Amino acid sequence: MKHNEMRIVKIRKVKMETRNVKTIFFEDKLSASAEPGQFLMVWIPGVDEIPLSISSASGRLASVTVKEIGEATRALNKMKKGENLGIRGPFGSHFRVVGKNALVVGGGIGTAPLFMLVTKLLNNGVKTTIIEGAKTRSEILFHDQLLALHDKRGLKVMFTTEDGSYGTKGVVTEAAEKCLSEEKFDSMYVCGKEAMIRELYFLAEKHGIQMQASLERIIRCAMGICGSCVIGRYRVCKDGPVFDSSQLREISIELGKFQRNFRGERIPIEN
Amino acid sequence: MQGQIEVEIADLKLRNPTILASGILGTSADYLTEIARAGAGAVTTKSVGLEPREGYKNPTVIQVECGILNAVGLPNPGIRKFAKEIEELHSLEIPLIVSVYGFSPKEYAEVAMMAVEAGADAIELNLSCPHIKGSGAEIGRSPKMIGLVVEKVKESVNRPIFAKLTPNVTDIKEIAMAAASSGADAITAINTVRAMAIDIETCRPILANKIGGLSGGAIKPIAVRCVYEIYEAVDIPIIGCGGVRTWRDAVELILAGASAVQIGSAIAYEGLPVFKAIAEGIRTYLYRKGFGSVKEIVGLAHEA
Repeated sequence: MKHNEMRIVKIRKVKMETRNVKTIFFEDKLSASAEPGQFLMVWIPGVDEIPLSISSASGRLASVTVKEIGEATRALNKMKKGENLGIRGPFGSHFRVVGKNALVVGGGIGTAPLFMLVTKLLNNGVKTTIIEGAKTRSEILFHDQLLALHDKRGLKVMFTTEDGSYGTKGVVTEAAEKCLSEEKFDSMYVCGKEAMIRELYFLAEKHGIQMQASLERIIRCAMGICGSCVIGRYRVCKDGPVFDSSQLREISIELGKFQRNFRGERIPIEN
Repeated sequence: MQGQIEVEIADLKLRNPTILASGILGTSADYLTEIARAGAGAVTTKSVGLEPREGYKNPTVIQVECGILNAVGLPNPGIRKFAKEIEELHSLEIPLIVSVYGFSPKEYAEVAMMAVEAGADAIELNLSCPHIKGSGAEIGRSPKMIGLVVEKVKESVNRPIFAKLTPNVTDIKEIAMAAASSGADAITAINTVRAMAIDIETCRPILANKIGGLSGGAIKPIAVRCVYEIYEAVDIPIIGCGGVRTWRDAVELILAGASAVQIGSAIAYEGLPVFKAIAEGIRTYLYRKGFGSVKEIVGLAHEA
């Protein structure tokens, strides 16, 4: 259970992705061996410890891609090369390669773990399409990297923006629905807001294709014992964060509708 | 008949001696049901109080060399909200123990009453959380306060009352006797041991609350000693808790004097199958040793 122990790592590189999103690289063998979709508990000493998807893992380096949302993410994105972070993990389930024609859908910062995934799908010879949705042009993540994969590896890339400043105007779910009606996909991979996941889940069910989605909950222990992240009969930290269609079916009543707050109280998800 | 693993504690009938420990996964009706499905003999909820609590900031739970260190800070939605989860468990196939805490004897009693009204089969009094001001161990360190809490709760509800004790005292027999003489129906021993971890690179305590409670393998010998001492001091049943990961650990606590055992941290390593594995391990042990039931070996080590 080495991965459970807190390791102190030094930040090697910080890359600005958008106005309020940064990718933070550090050296950690265990994190660098993670599978797409797994997450880390990242300790910002003196501030907080938060769950974050791994956004890249290669060689000895791994990274998390962080959007400034609250106190912890703001503090994390202020950190500089050479500063110390605490890392536990990698934890949880990961995206599994199934089928031969995959549709990958990312909403906003939910795209963070998906670049690793599309790379893996392409490496496994899966024909892959990614749709990334953002509010506006300046918030699109991994734009150049995705286009590079298009040029070199044949990845099909689509962007949607809510204000129409880039790509197709609208939201990702509309674009996904269009894709599914025009082409025969056999698997769908999703990360983003849970309301979006809920919509895409019903689309996948309608089209009879397998889906894997990464869910987010309050996580404390990440060892499957504290009960903070329970949804139905699953623990997001241990049984998730990536759930497949058969698991999503079991929690479809709660999916995108309810979560638990820090008090453990079941509350509606605000969209 | 040989190898009977059913046990009785107060008036609760358990299909086997394994109980989910408080603070572990007992946050939702759905998940408590899942633990029952996994084979536990009974389940204990996460501790609930009168008012909601957010708990502490992370890090709240970390692994150390020999166990798990935590200071989660008793997050809970408050008994009024939590009563709904309890109510959802009416058809639970095993006994439901609701863990309660309060900041005064009256508060413990109020929470216990609402828990029983919602459907609790028994109440476990958290007199032992090691990292909360004004409740838990701050009450549970004093025999006088323990007596007041147990008496008040006992006169308020008609379900069995278990007093969960802290090992962080000079003499655990003293507080066990206070609980027993005030009317507790059983004693749960032990809660976590006050502990701390400091990161040497950043030169600061790791837990946001700085001090927490240690559970897991490291504290099993402490639990065995406490159960052994309590068994000699009181006549009510003891539920052993602390570092139980295998059936051997469970049998050891039973030989020390426990009638059942609680399981918590082991779930981090073994997952939910740990309940069945321990229950079946105890059964096989009883067969192999020619014992008829768990009851025959409770406290057997005292005869040595």
